[in-house]
Amino acid sequence: MYAAALIVFRESLEAALFVGIVAAATRELTSRTRWLSAGVAIGALGAILLALIAKRASGWFDGLGQDVINISVLSVALAMLLWHCIWVTTHSKEMAGDARKLGASIQQGQRRPYALLTAVALAVLREGAETVLFVSGALSGSAETSSTEVIFSGAVGLTLGAASGWLIYSGLSRIPARHLFSVTNAFIAILAGSIASQLVKALTQAGFIERWTDPLWDSSQLLMPDSALGTFLRALVGYDARPSGIQLASYLAVLAFIYAGTRSIRSRQSTS
Amino acid sequence: MLFCNWAQSAELEFGLAIKNHRFEPTEIKIPAGQRVKLIVHNQDSTPEEFESHSLNREKVIPGGAKATIFIGPLKPGRYPFVGEYNEATAKGAVVAE
Repeated sequence: MYAAALIVFRESLEAALFVGIVAAATRELTSRTRWLSAGVAIGALGAILLALIAKRASGWFDGLGQDVINISVLSVALAMLLWHCIWVTTHSKEMAGDARKLGASIQQGQRRPYALLTAVALAVLREGAETVLFVSGALSGSAETSSTEVIFSGAVGLTLGAASGWLIYSGLSRIPARHLFSVTNAFIAILAGSIASQLVKALTQAGFIERWTDPLWDSSQLLMPDSALGTFLRALVGYDARPSGIQLASYLAVLAFIYAGTRSIRSRQSTS
Repeated sequence: MLFCNWAQSAELEFGLAIKNHRFEPTEIKIPAGQRVKLIVHNQDSTPEEFESHSLNREKVIPGGAKATIFIGPLKPGRYPFVGEYNEATAKGAVVAE
């Protein structure tokens, strides 16, 4: 049942790393734990619902139902991360300088990190739905493995995933507050790039894009996507051993957009 | 146009079944240099994930469901794929010629 634990670990890793980074980025916010838990809980609930309708949804749009759901989820997640990067830039001074004031305004309901809450929920939803589907399939289907084994190995995989999220959180938490936002923002920008690349891949797989779909290179001999490092880099920075031209283009375009956007806001803030 | 309307496209279609955690057929011959439509029918009661690093594709197919996956255009060659949930038995390859 090593295989089952590995599959659950792989599925949970990306969401766990994301939650860890978000938790570090919002360390100063007083209501953080509450809304972060809400995001994870909403995502988990959504994942169960999505897994329940998976069979029916699969047949929608001429067998492309799952891709269409995936594309929608990735699009909204991307929009939320882009929005967040801009939001943090416009508030970075008060976030770093006067965390208590910002915390108070959030408690009063003036500002809530809804964008991040939605992005967290969608990350859990996306990875969680596949995990639920896999585990429930393993529970109902195979005769050679007992339910206890499936549950146990699933729990091991999930725990390892959560532990990775906790590791990145505790690592980022050592960074002094004045640098924390630039570091976590860089991570979130890279995750946005990774989501853009996954979005384009889903659009290609569903046949909506047919240009620039040839792989640019093949680094699978150099770094196997299934290896430990490959899995980790895939979850953290969107490593793809055979990215298509349009995947790379979208990844770079998102990074350039965030960079240019935050710079122009900063320069406008400093002149005004 | 970067985006195309999938309803208008007239790709060649290829069927692939999953039965008892195995692919049928285990090898699909497709023409190189053009995009084709792969229709995967999972006849098992359990879900399976069609995964191929060489094709850069991954898609979960719930038990009893059919799913469409567009692949290619490919250079001539052999492109292995697996069912990630039952990797010991579910193996196959697309051969582009």
